[in-house]
Amino acid sequence: MLLAGCGEKESSGTIMVTGSSTVAPIVADAAKEYEASHPGVRIEVQSGGSSRGISDAISGVADLGMVSRALKEDETVKLTAHALAMDGVCVVLHRDNPVKQLDKQQLVDIYTKKITNWKDVGGNDAAIVVANKAEGRSTLEVFLHYLGLDHADVKADVIVGENLHVIHSVVGNPHTIGYVSIGTATAEEKAGTPVKLVVTDGKTPTMESVKDGSFPITRPLNIVTGAETSPAAQAFLDYLMSTEIHGIVEKHFFVPVR
Amino acid sequence: MASSRNISLSRCVDRVTGGVLALFALVSGGTVLLLLWNLFAGAWPAIEAGRLGAFFTDAKWQPGSQRDPQFGMVTMLAGSALVTVLAVALALPVGLASAIFHRFYAPPLLARWNRRIMELLIGVPSVIFGFWGLMVVVPAILRIAPGTPGQSLLAGGVVLALMILPLIALTSQAALQAVPSSLLQAAAGLGLGRARTIVSVALPAARGGITTGVFLGLARALGETMAVVLVCGNIPQIPGSLFDPIRPITSTIALEMGYATASHKALLFCAGLVLMLCTALLVGWISFRKNAANPGIGGA
Repeated sequence: MLLAGCGEKESSGTIMVTGSSTVAPIVADAAKEYEASHPGVRIEVQSGGSSRGISDAISGVADLGMVSRALKEDETVKLTAHALAMDGVCVVLHRDNPVKQLDKQQLVDIYTKKITNWKDVGGNDAAIVVANKAEGRSTLEVFLHYLGLDHADVKADVIVGENLHVIHSVVGNPHTIGYVSIGTATAEEKAGTPVKLVVTDGKTPTMESVKDGSFPITRPLNIVTGAETSPAAQAFLDYLMSTEIHGIVEKHFFVPVR
Repeated sequence: MASSRNISLSRCVDRVTGGVLALFALVSGGTVLLLLWNLFAGAWPAIEAGRLGAFFTDAKWQPGSQRDPQFGMVTMLAGSALVTVLAVALALPVGLASAIFHRFYAPPLLARWNRRIMELLIGVPSVIFGFWGLMVVVPAILRIAPGTPGQSLLAGGVVLALMILPLIALTSQAALQAVPSSLLQAAAGLGLGRARTIVSVALPAARGGITTGVFLGLARALGETMAVVLVCGNIPQIPGSLFDPIRPITSTIALEMGYATASHKALLFCAGLVLMLCTALLVGWISFRKNAANPGIGGA
């Protein structure tokens, strides 16, 4: 109680958080809870991609940046990453597509158009429609890194932006293959959208397999801080790093790290 | 004495009002200049580094590639042009037919409702059109052409056509409405039937207004973003058929701007500058036409 009272005094003011649209919903929910228990604190959460989270945290425009991947070497010089949660990237297909699993080599072949028909991977006789993510998205980086492919190697039929756009593309054309955050895919599948998560390299994409590290395509969801962090922002960061937000993280189908 | 003081007071009020109005006019005009300046400033690093040439000489657009980064925008210029022209080609016959029906055939009640529906159509947010395109138009295309991605030049053209249809229909309606009834009466006096009057008298007389509508439609379709990004497939390529995906310039900016860094971002600003230039040319052409056409209408 004493601590909480102490924190309140030094942590009033406005805290700016910008960055990844994957991380933003978690932080927005956490911010609501935090504001309720800390009157006088206003937290503004704006999504605009991991790159924005990085540049805003460096320039000081934002107190905290949201980044949905591990920091690159040159970024760690200016920024410190604080892991908020873990997420996986999984392949999604239409519920009516009979294909249930794909291994890494098959994915490489599909995304480079060496395999162009579903019947070559145990499906129906139909052309595969390859959906890829637009340049700069963390899911693209994470997925291509896993497959060991360069951007120039991928031969896509459709390029999309948001996770939901991938889902809608798969729903709109049942021969489409796409990849999204496991959180998004699980939430959509649970909501009755006709999509399914595909077993990759023998591993089922679930929150459990991300948690125990057995699922091959994972990424950390990070909060990053620049050279200086205001006491108010530090207090909110401590809250985000505490076990108190596990419920919020799990509600969004991500995996808490602590 | 009193009256002269009143005059000087009113002159003073007049001057202040004029000044305030001029300020607001300056602000609205200045915003465009500021916008252009910001676009130019954002694009400058790429222009300075001489990257603008890559815009037209690189074959592909793969800014994120480590092995072979390429920044060619020709495919996107082609994508924008093709989808815009297709949209107008689809929307013009329908819009014109709707305007002719409204002016010459529809009973008053139906004409009023036709107009109201067109006005409502203008107000539909573009993201709704895009979502409808993805959920309805794309599956319909898949039934016609199974084995294609569905998200395609055709899907973009159809969705954009629906968005600019009311623009073309309403400006055509207004143009047909403005045809002097003396002209139509003279045609009737010559014994021309209704169909003949429309084709030979009304449409030629309304040509200027209809063309303005077409150019407004072109400008709107060229700048449209939210709907096309959802239905065009966004593959930067020269399409081989209507069923191939394309990538308009606006899609590229919308998809990549929030995620781009450094030189990639500057090139996106360049793309924005090019787009702004195209739109400016279209708008310039519209006002040039209007100025040229006005004396003609007065003369008729």
